Amino acid sequence: MAIPIVYNIRSVKARWTSSIVAVLGIAGTVGVFVAMLSLARGFRATLVSSGSPDNAIVMRAGATSEMMSGIKLEDIKILQDAPGVAHASDAPLVTSEVVVVAPFPLRSTGTDANVQVRGVSANVLTIRKNVKIAQGRMFQPGLAELIVGKNASSSYSGLTLGNTVNFGGGHWQIVGIFDAGGSSFDSEVWCDARVLDDVYKRPSNIFQSATVHLNSPDSFQQFKDAITSDRRLNFDVSREIDYYAKQSTTMTRLITILGGLVAFVMAIGAVFGALNTMYSAVAERGREIATMRALGFGGGAVVFSFLVEALLISFIGGVIGCLAVLPLNGLTTGAMNWQTFSHLAFAFRITPVLLLGGIIFALLMGLLGGLPPAMRAAWRPVAVALREL
Amino acid sequence: MKFRGLIFANLFRKKLRLILTVGSFAVALFLFAFLAVVRGAFNRGADIAGADRLVTINRVSIINPLPLAYRDKIQRIPGVKYVTHNNWFGGVYQEEKNFFPQFVIDVDNQRQVMSELVVPDDQWQNFVKDRQGAIAGAKTAQRFGWKVGDRIPIKNAGYGNTGTWEFILDGIYHSQHAGGDESQFWFQWDYFEERVPETFKGNVGWYVVRLDSPDDAVRIAKAIDDMAANSSFETKTETESEFAASWVKQFGNIQFLILTIGTVVFFTLLLVTGNTMAISVRERAGELAVLKAIGFSDRWVLFFVLAESLIIAAVGGLLGLGLALLAIPALGAALNGLLPTLILSPEILSLGLVTALVVGIVSGLLPGIGAMRMRVVNALRRV
Repeated sequence: MAIPIVYNIRSVKARWTSSIVAVLGIAGTVGVFVAMLSLARGFRATLVSSGSPDNAIVMRAGATSEMMSGIKLEDIKILQDAPGVAHASDAPLVTSEVVVVAPFPLRSTGTDANVQVRGVSANVLTIRKNVKIAQGRMFQPGLAELIVGKNASSSYSGLTLGNTVNFGGGHWQIVGIFDAGGSSFDSEVWCDARVLDDVYKRPSNIFQSATVHLNSPDSFQQFKDAITSDRRLNFDVSREIDYYAKQSTTMTRLITILGGLVAFVMAIGAVFGALNTMYSAVAERGREIATMRALGFGGGAVVFSFLVEALLISFIGGVIGCLAVLPLNGLTTGAMNWQTFSHLAFAFRITPVLLLGGIIFALLMGLLGGLPPAMRAAWRPVAVALREL
Repeated sequence: MKFRGLIFANLFRKKLRLILTVGSFAVALFLFAFLAVVRGAFNRGADIAGADRLVTINRVSIINPLPLAYRDKIQRIPGVKYVTHNNWFGGVYQEEKNFFPQFVIDVDNQRQVMSELVVPDDQWQNFVKDRQGAIAGAKTAQRFGWKVGDRIPIKNAGYGNTGTWEFILDGIYHSQHAGGDESQFWFQWDYFEERVPETFKGNVGWYVVRLDSPDDAVRIAKAIDDMAANSSFETKTETESEFAASWVKQFGNIQFLILTIGTVVFFTLLLVTGNTMAISVRERAGELAVLKAIGFSDRWVLFFVLAESLIIAAVGGLLGLGLALLAIPALGAALNGLLPTLILSPEILSLGLVTALVVGIVSGLLPGIGAMRMRVVNALRRV
């Protein structure tokens, strides 16, 4: 026969101080665990969502990022005629781009951080469909006008609509704010590629990358084969999604290793805490347990009952930990994207799966911390325990 | 000490609890050391930067070049001892994940400016004579198992279609600072100039300037920037530590994250040990009352409780820091290439131990004072 669960709930309440300690220990661990993973996920999601499945990015062979690449204008023309490239009103959907960085003061610290400035073609909004103008308008080709991503606008002082900023030796008018759906473009500033080349005194008619909108995601192989087999060209073609996913690997790996390690060590501490609480629970209730055994509850029932208690404590701890970090969801923070030397804003991303993982982690700690004391409670000889005062 | 026996008897009263509490302390201190070490690794660049060095970059941004002609102009400014110039090469060795920074260097002045990065003289002489020669940091050489004389192919796409560059490793440098950067790879400016396309010739990435005296830093930084003012290549000159610190700031809120985690951990630790101490004192209320009844003063009772929690804290703290001492070199190896060298300094160790003792005192104080104030009659009556 099972011992009623009400017994466990009441006993948790009766020793509320040590229960709270165990609950908080587990809550802290779960909180750190979920926060770290959500940080890694947020960083990755921000970069991955920058790519579209039906876009391909073309760079010089061997270039690890756009910064390291270069493409001549005549080669762009070859790309435009390649098979698989989508057309809108007879014009090929290809944006040839230049990427530089410019320092702007961060609102949070007042110190300069590098913002990625992307020179694009005027048709870029039909190629990157995840980017929409939220306020103002698109820049006019040929003019020193900027459109600013919404995270860049909120992270740096001066990047607001209607403002004029100086960088690279030019005066730029900010004419629009765009929303790129939380992708890395939201941390960028866009303008006309030719104007940017001019102001930065880069050789004209040399771009760094070209992004091509394909007829469909399936056209990728056809396009890639056409480019890589063309003997005039020496380019790498990758899906835009893969390119950005690769950029996120270093940082994601760093956060996951560090965060995983911290959470693991904290988990050991929390298991110690749970063990301590459950052992004192068992010790304090030695006579109670012995009485129950004498009344006819089996050893299995006692083990089960104590396990339920430990799991109850750890479940509450897990829920509190998850609730405590939930406000972090959507909170933006910044980090360096080493591949482009620029500062990237991204948000903590707490998903239901992550929360579920946190709860499971908590229950696991409860199981580890509850099982040995429960076994001890069941194995103690009844007569000895009853005689003890 | 007269009462050692009593204190130890109390300590070992519940062996399991003792082990668990000491374990909690050890875990917390291990985490403390680990987080402190990671934080240190991020800030190291700024901490050990030479006070007598300035870094001059293009005002527009770090990726914009400066003309080679500035070298002589900077050299002529009074108070400047040596000037060297570097370029970021950004090549790939075998595959992308084998990242290490590659610098094009000015052979004549690099050693004088970066004087803490030491290359044996004979190796340096070979390097200077060898156009395709290269010097690697000890950490990078060890990572890939390079020996002096090895051929090292590096693929580059950043400077036109130059394909793969062959280098011959002529020397290995060591840093005189503990945990200094030993990951760089240097090769000659002349070789670089020879191979890059016309548009890149004569373009320097940045200058590093060594001063006669650190006190002149502000004046000379201004003199350099004034020299370049109104030209098409304006400069921004900072001390090396300002330069390094601005990179750390861009890396993000690592500091904030680490502080938050650290606080959560210590709060939890305080609760756990405080609670354990409270339980063990409560359980022993009767015994403590007997002690008082036979004439021990309130202070002695407080002392017994405090001594117990202090011993637990000290043992747990030492255990955790000892574990960290063993584990951190291994962790550093596992994180190779992702983080600068992890160093567990004596400062971190002593700070950790002090923190552990403070937590021990605080967590013993509350139940200790409770025990001190307890009335003997009440405690004895409670069975």
